[in-house]
Amino acid sequence: MSLSNSANINRSGKLSSLIKKVKGHQGMIIGSVIVITVIAIALLAPLIAPHDPYHQDLMRRLVPPVWDSRGSWEHILGTDHLGRDYLSRLIYGARISLLIGIGAAVISGIIGTFMGVMAGYFGGRVDMVVTFLITVRLSMPVVLVALAVVAIVGGSLQVVVTVLGLLLWDRFAVVMRSSTLQIRSMDYVAAARAVGCSTSRVLIAEVMPNVVNNLIVITTIEIAHAIILEAALSFLGLGVQPPLPSWGLMVSEGKDMMLFEPWLIAIPGVALFMLVLAINLMGDGARDITAPENRN
Amino acid sequence: MLFYTLKRFGLASLVALTVSFISFGLLYLSSDPAIAMAGETASDADIEAIRKLYGFDRPILVQYFDWLQRAVGGDLGKSYYFRTDVSALIGERLPTTMMLGVSAITFAILFSVPLGVAAAIRPNSIIDRVALFLSVMGQALPSFWFALMLIVLLSVNLRLLPTSGSDTWLHFVMPTVVLGYYAAPAIMRLTRTGMLEVLSTDYIRTARAKGLRPVVVLFKHALRNAIIPVVSLAAVQFGFMLGGSIVVETIFALHGAGFLAWESITRNDLPTVQGLILVFSLFYIVLTFFADLLNAWLDPRIRIS
Repeated sequence: MSLSNSANINRSGKLSSLIKKVKGHQGMIIGSVIVITVIAIALLAPLIAPHDPYHQDLMRRLVPPVWDSRGSWEHILGTDHLGRDYLSRLIYGARISLLIGIGAAVISGIIGTFMGVMAGYFGGRVDMVVTFLITVRLSMPVVLVALAVVAIVGGSLQVVVTVLGLLLWDRFAVVMRSSTLQIRSMDYVAAARAVGCSTSRVLIAEVMPNVVNNLIVITTIEIAHAIILEAALSFLGLGVQPPLPSWGLMVSEGKDMMLFEPWLIAIPGVALFMLVLAINLMGDGARDITAPENRN
Repeated sequence: MLFYTLKRFGLASLVALTVSFISFGLLYLSSDPAIAMAGETASDADIEAIRKLYGFDRPILVQYFDWLQRAVGGDLGKSYYFRTDVSALIGERLPTTMMLGVSAITFAILFSVPLGVAAAIRPNSIIDRVALFLSVMGQALPSFWFALMLIVLLSVNLRLLPTSGSDTWLHFVMPTVVLGYYAAPAIMRLTRTGMLEVLSTDYIRTARAKGLRPVVVLFKHALRNAIIPVVSLAAVQFGFMLGGSIVVETIFALHGAGFLAWESITRNDLPTVQGLILVFSLFYIVLTFFADLLNAWLDPRIRIS
């Protein structure tokens, strides 16, 4: 870590060596390609989607996908129980998954990083309080608490993002705490303090840049985690509410007909699985590239 | 060891107290529990009556201490929906969830520990790659979707297993797999890392050099040391599993505490939800308390620091 800080490695050299490392990592490439594709699909949803995801056509309900003999190119992935185009819903659903994953990870990242860095840097009482809060948080069952809160407050995109954000900070806090603990004892931190840098300057200029690699890895894990949880909450009917095309909700809506039309649950499920898998692959790749010693 | 135990016990109690406060306070997120209880169609007089009856007109802290005092005595109040004692209700449903949890963690351990050991013996071999592949796949698989796909495949297409209920052990097969697979990757990875580390130590080399059979070295010398962190991870995962049972039990209509949680949440049955959050949390706290003690007992370095 101190090596990469030394001045004789210029920026372009660093970048090209990073690119080289990324290219050598198969999982990272596969993961990034899928994630970038999904992000592009989500951003360009209005341009790509062949139909309006909310438009119901009761005359054309449960049209199977194109590979089925009853399917047609009009609805490539078929239509749902209300005759809405499945592909369009899937495309708009990517927006919800990404929005919730990233939104929740940002909230929990801010809370967890703040707590973890404070605990790791100051130690003593601060550390005791933070460790205690982490233990309390871990003791409470996430799914149960999230479901209960959403049921009480009412399900909406904002509520789900906030609830998940307030629940998933534990891993951020744990990892940031131990990373900061490691950095705190480094010579360059002592040097910065010796020349009279203020605490906030030491934290921002010396500690943060050196824990940011771990932060990126945890962020990817938590984005994936939040996406899965949102899908589970929506599946149970206490997450994102209809008619929004959440992938979890699509599985839930297709569940009653899954015995006759299994593709109804297979399609959104595979989308969910691929996205989470890709994000995890990116996270694993980021860890292998930035901190191979943490590999397990 | 006594000092360590007392310290841990004090901490666990404090955590339990905080959790009880949060699980009580959570339900006051709704502006008025009396309205939530009475339903949207209730008249003002009905709401007022409920408020008086359940004591919602008192200050929150007073209500909390009242609730806590009873909870310590095992009285978690009355369920709005089921019209019975919450503690009796939970007690009735808990065995099913426990059975599911125990079989799921057993499944996870039986699946992932041998795989982790095999992967560690030959790093980068086919087995190691397969283990890594399975763990990456497992972590990305949403459990509710996995459950539905299993139903479609095993119950509907192959007609091997019943889809829902809890009458025979066959009813527990799919729920066990669905609940257990999620914990497997973490346990597998930790076993693998632990084994890799232990296998490269000097005492393993010595054991091998003096001509011990590889099986003895592996299981008696290496696995014993590598398994210590796995034990506490398994305890933690077991706690998480009980919390996660809500999804699995709902899908398979397994009438355990998780199913009860879903029923009471969807029916605004606040006392039952409070009770369940408290019970699940307490269970986790007790589990981790014993896991900590076990660790300290196995590894003296922990209890000194």
